[in-house]
Amino acid sequence: MKVSYYPGCTLRNKAKDLDFYARECAKVLGFELEEVEDWQCCGGAFTSSSDEIATKLSSVRALKAAKEAGQPLVTVCSACHNVIKRTNAAMKDPAFAAKVNAYMKQDKDFTEDYNGETEVCHYLEYLRDKVGFDEVAKKVVNPLTGRKIAAYYGCLLLRPGKVMAMDDPENPVILEDFIRALGAEPVVYPARNECCGGYMAIENADAAKKRSLSVSESAANHGAAELVTACPLCRYNLVKSGSELPVLYFTELLAEALGVKEANA
Amino acid sequence: MTNTKRMKEDILRMSGVNPRKCMKCGKCSGTCPNYDEMEYHPHQFVSMVEEGRLEPLLASKSLYTCLSCMACIERCPRGVEPAKLIEAVRLLKERQKDGNHLTANDIPARIDDDMPQQAIVTAFRKYTK
Amino acid sequence: MQRIGVFVCHCGTNIAGTVNVEAVSDALRKEPGVVFSTNYQYMCSQAGQDIIKNAIAEYKLTGIVVCSCSPRMHEATFRKTAASAGINPYMVEIANIREQCSWVHKDTLTGTEKAIILGRAAIAKVNLNAPLTPGQTPVTKRALVIGGGIAGIQTALDIADAGFPVDIVEKKPTIGGKMAQLDKTFPTLDCAACILTPKMVDVAQNEKIRIFSYSEVTEVHGFVGNFDVTIKKKARYVREDICTGCGACTEKCPQKKIPNEFNLGMDTRRAIYIPFAQAVPKVATIDPDHCNMLKNGKCGVCSKVCTAGAIDYNAKDEFLTEKYGAIVVATGFNPIPMDKFDEFAYSQSKDVITSLEFERLMNAAGPTGGKLLRPSDGEHPHTLVFVQCVGSRCEACAEKGKEYCSKICCMYTAKHAMLTRDKYPDTEVYVFYIDVRTPGKNFDEFYRRAVEEYGVHYIKGMVGKVSPEGNKLKVQASDLIENRQIHIDADLVVLAAAIEPDKSARPLATMLTASMDTNDFFTEAHPKLRPVESPTAGVFLSGACQGPKDIPETVAQAGAAASKVIGLLCKDQLTGNPCVAHPDEMMCSGCSNCEKVCPYGAITYVDKEFRMPDRTTKVRRVAQVNEAVCQGCGCCTVACMSGAMDLKGFKNEQIFAEVDAICR
Repeated sequence: MKVSYYPGCTLRNKAKDLDFYARECAKVLGFELEEVEDWQCCGGAFTSSSDEIATKLSSVRALKAAKEAGQPLVTVCSACHNVIKRTNAAMKDPAFAAKVNAYMKQDKDFTEDYNGETEVCHYLEYLRDKVGFDEVAKKVVNPLTGRKIAAYYGCLLLRPGKVMAMDDPENPVILEDFIRALGAEPVVYPARNECCGGYMAIENADAAKKRSLSVSESAANHGAAELVTACPLCRYNLVKSGSELPVLYFTELLAEALGVKEANA
Repeated sequence: MTNTKRMKEDILRMSGVNPRKCMKCGKCSGTCPNYDEMEYHPHQFVSMVEEGRLEPLLASKSLYTCLSCMACIERCPRGVEPAKLIEAVRLLKERQKDGNHLTANDIPARIDDDMPQQAIVTAFRKYTK
Repeated sequence: MQRIGVFVCHCGTNIAGTVNVEAVSDALRKEPGVVFSTNYQYMCSQAGQDIIKNAIAEYKLTGIVVCSCSPRMHEATFRKTAASAGINPYMVEIANIREQCSWVHKDTLTGTEKAIILGRAAIAKVNLNAPLTPGQTPVTKRALVIGGGIAGIQTALDIADAGFPVDIVEKKPTIGGKMAQLDKTFPTLDCAACILTPKMVDVAQNEKIRIFSYSEVTEVHGFVGNFDVTIKKKARYVREDICTGCGACTEKCPQKKIPNEFNLGMDTRRAIYIPFAQAVPKVATIDPDHCNMLKNGKCGVCSKVCTAGAIDYNAKDEFLTEKYGAIVVATGFNPIPMDKFDEFAYSQSKDVITSLEFERLMNAAGPTGGKLLRPSDGEHPHTLVFVQCVGSRCEACAEKGKEYCSKICCMYTAKHAMLTRDKYPDTEVYVFYIDVRTPGKNFDEFYRRAVEEYGVHYIKGMVGKVSPEGNKLKVQASDLIENRQIHIDADLVVLAAAIEPDKSARPLATMLTASMDTNDFFTEAHPKLRPVESPTAGVFLSGACQGPKDIPETVAQAGAAASKVIGLLCKDQLTGNPCVAHPDEMMCSGCSNCEKVCPYGAITYVDKEFRMPDRTTKVRRVAQVNEAVCQGCGCCTVACMSGAMDLKGFKNEQIFAEVDAICR
């Protein structure tokens, strides 16, 4: 099974592990991530304003490429996923799509209008819905037995809940089920869907630090020894805040359990 | 049409938010993780836009302290979506002459070697037109 | 040819403000069949009715057209007027020139033009009207009450008091409903059990009342005065007639760990159980999902300890069919599930509870014996936070929550806060509210006492997040008056969950063909003037199945529903609606379309012998309408392909005549 893959800027630079292990684990799990050609930066944040057209174009181009390849578009980074999934939802509105498509007609290789046909899927959703966490569990060679891991969802995987539709935005289970499939023990804590401070790190590093610390402290209070995330910025903020808990990408955790990490050591 | 009225209409159109849906419960501000950094809080944005008191909002640093975490959007019982309104007010400001809050020259001093690209592009998208 | 009188009403300025009534009566005077036309200020007044009566006599009228308000308002009035002057009441037609004309038009020209057209249509119809005589059906003098909470109990007692037999069908093993679970009741703080259990005993001892507990209604047929209802008595594996309610079995049953639904899962019960000490009927019930004997044949302890010999492991569900003249729906409410509101951490902490759970915690018969203790560790809580409007007053399209105000929460939260401070003066109690809604008798005074006498902290604002950390619940909320975000380390958080109709209401509404609103509350026949009747004749509404209600309102409505039932059961015969469907058997092709579309099951098919022109006989399958069941909706007349089905009083030719008159 082949899927279109949108890695995003950060995964090419500061979050190479997130990307590398995603690709390697996919091979073990029996699917292939086919990188979208000439993808462009998603912009990091979805601008909700209805008259923001140009900022959506890079996402639409990736979505359109996946449509032409007849494949779902899989992302790993929470931010890219949020931007692309919300852009895709916006493209289902004919009035908005008409404006975007009018821009797209300027592209050299323009073929046909895009109206939100592509299925956008986070890597985790793909594991849950297409591969199945049961199947993932069967491929585990190094069960993470005894490890207490706190899933950190942050904002972007879950909200807005109606559009992201990945899980219950107030009581999600997807990462916990994932952690359980790898043999570890998930730790549920109330701050798992609260903000890490996000891009506030640039404007006001102290405020961001305060946010992130409250997240890691909450996880530690509930007995977690590690934090796992899908978002490079969450990880950065958590690490910079001086969190006592190590912060891992979910793909690293997966690679460890599947034996991919040691094979690539 | 007065300037304020036009600006209010722009904000409502851009955000798609209808502030009249608000029942003034304050849950948005109760859930806001960055409340302490804000001069005007999410529920005040909703009320002040509806009442046309835009000047104080446009002049406030609160425009740049919303984390876009969408907790207020998710938890509002009336589906008002305050964060979208805040974003529209900020865009209105940034689209004005010299409205940018961040320039490329500001960046080097504010980042370190580990800062992910995602943070920088997001900040630019949020703080500049 | 009819001799028609036209009577145009001014309705004060309601009609005359936008319709030139003089012009209307003048124009309609020229219509075919009209021999008299006039207008008057209030046609529905005694003087107005006298004008009609006098005209009938003077002009020998055979048909009447009243141009006035909606027929829902005064059709019955004018029909009575006509009847008293010797005209068949179905020779009266109303042209609605108020709701459908004067109220929706702004200028007199269009208003007048439309009023004339509407009058013309009514005249065209009356020209083809024929006198109709309603049929009579007998009334079964017994009532059914579905639901045995305080609403059902009060309705049943009131009906029985008037001398009519009543059956209560309750799906749980005991009657009592939600009120049996409550601790104290506002605004007087009398104990719920103290005022409810005597009524439960009254029900049990009343010779006119039968209780079918642990039972459900599975089928409803028939019509007002003549319902046939099938009741499923679920197997309780204990013979009700023998069990003495001694409780020996419930102490010896080895299956101890079953969540006790009466205490909302905050303690456990056995597989054989009596829900609470004052249960009615006070008999044990075996929960088949947890009984070892029923699951795998291994146990039998209850049978051994039962000295009465009441245990019957071979019991089966029983079905019985009973006849009733009237049905009262009293299916009640439940708090909505809190799992979609996990920003309040209901699923993460045992110390986040709903208000109904709080009732059990405060109740002397509850899981803690009436001591307010934290469910997680049994410690005494010092700081309590009450959150109002959880899931109430949400936007209409919200995937979670309800659009309406649940109405009872402001008062019971004030009660909880007050009782907590009264019993435990060492506590700090916070109530987060959006609005405090207390419009009942002595209600606002009650709420003010919570604030002024008991020092409850009422904070205007909503809780945004509850975070269980350590043994505290960190509450983050807004304080709108002080324009600050407030953080409280609480020991117990109580959520005032929205209430919704019981899930059994929707299938029941389908069985009864009683209408519901989008929230699954039963719709009343008229929101102001017929609040305890369903639009379906013979079906009445009692309690929270019709909308959120507190106990005083529920009891008032229960009594009102009972009086409507009594009014019905007092009658020996019911006068039907003569505007019913009528098939022309010669034209009927036997296709069954009408039978399929009839929402009331009024149409059946029979094989009937017909004499053919050649004097032979032929058996043909033809439609038959039960006129007592038919509600005159007209679905069948539309579905009938051969045009055999017609509605008396609304025949196809009458409708066409109206359309032609409008288009003329």
